Amino acid sequence: MSVYAYAVGGALVLIGGVGIARSRNLVHAVGCLFISQSGTYVFLLAVGYQKGGSAPVFGSTTPPSTQVADPVVQSLTLTDVVVSATVTALLLALAIQIDKTHGTVDPDELTSLEG
Amino acid sequence: MSRTLRWWVLGAGLAGVGLAFLLAVVDLPSFGSVLHPSRDLAVPAAVQHGTANVVASVTFDQRGLDTLVEETILFGSVVAVAALLRPAEDERLQRERGSRPPLEATRLFGYLLLPLTLVVGLDLVAHGHVTPGGGFQGGIMLATGLHLLYVAGRYRSLEELRPLPLFETAEAVGTAAFVAMGFAGLAVAGSFLANFLPFGAFGQLLSAGTVPLLNVAVGIAVGSGGVVLLAQFFRQVFLVTEDADEHVDEKGAARP
Repeated sequence: MSVYAYAVGGALVLIGGVGIARSRNLVHAVGCLFISQSGTYVFLLAVGYQKGGSAPVFGSTTPPSTQVADPVVQSLTLTDVVVSATVTALLLALAIQIDKTHGTVDPDELTSLEG
Repeated sequence: MSRTLRWWVLGAGLAGVGLAFLLAVVDLPSFGSVLHPSRDLAVPAAVQHGTANVVASVTFDQRGLDTLVEETILFGSVVAVAALLRPAEDERLQRERGSRPPLEATRLFGYLLLPLTLVVGLDLVAHGHVTPGGGFQGGIMLATGLHLLYVAGRYRSLEELRPLPLFETAEAVGTAAFVAMGFAGLAVAGSFLANFLPFGAFGQLLSAGTVPLLNVAVGIAVGSGGVVLLAQFFRQVFLVTEDADEHVDEKGAARP
């Protein structure tokens, strides 16, 4: 199946979305967002994969003429991972603040905007 | 919005996204094919700049500006977390209350792994342009490796060996160094973040021009940023609200 790897990436994005929508806990929602973002890593890396290609790092056994996977999407994945990790940290900090000010982390119980 | 309505909205949204995704995927080159136009451009460009790790070349040389923005996002998020989690007016820090020391085996394992992790982290940063690795990977390894001190010891031993103001400064210095490298490229070669240093011998430690220097700058920024970030979350455990006593017990019980 040539679209199998793409499908896994897309499915992870959607499953993460379902998790966020049915979440009853903000920390759980942040975890679901991370799963959703992981789908984008899988998808990007799948786009860059080449059958039999090696990693895009050259050395004595792999001269630059070797067939390699696409380094551009791998670099994008690196950016993706860093950004999603920092966003996760920020959202978790917000969850802590919400717990302090509202006494709950259930999104359904958070109805009003408070400073 | 009621839960039933929410499910319908969610279902419609997922179906739409799923359909759009399928339509997009159908026209993609099949998985694992030899067709990679961006690879065919990136690899010669990396080789021309003497960078053995093509991913590092793409990240720090070919699309260095993107990485600078990414670095800024990281910096901004660390600052935002520090601002959000700062102690409020009615909160104070409570000193560690006699926690049990970790198991002997955990201590041994932690203290054996601590130097190893730090050395591997430094190696990832230093050789990021010739082997897999780089500033982001090595930096986060250094930041988390340092917390083996907490796993194997106590929070206090981590606190003593982790001067937070130093790491806060180091994070700013690392980010500023990245920007300074960009302006140096502008001054010497005429474009921002241009690779203006000699490219050296392919695959050697001194090669790839500015890439290893940017790796070090990012390694410093990410490593100290990670330490500062984790410190904010650690501090939450020791923060107590002055007027709510039962809250203190709850926090105390949850403490590792």
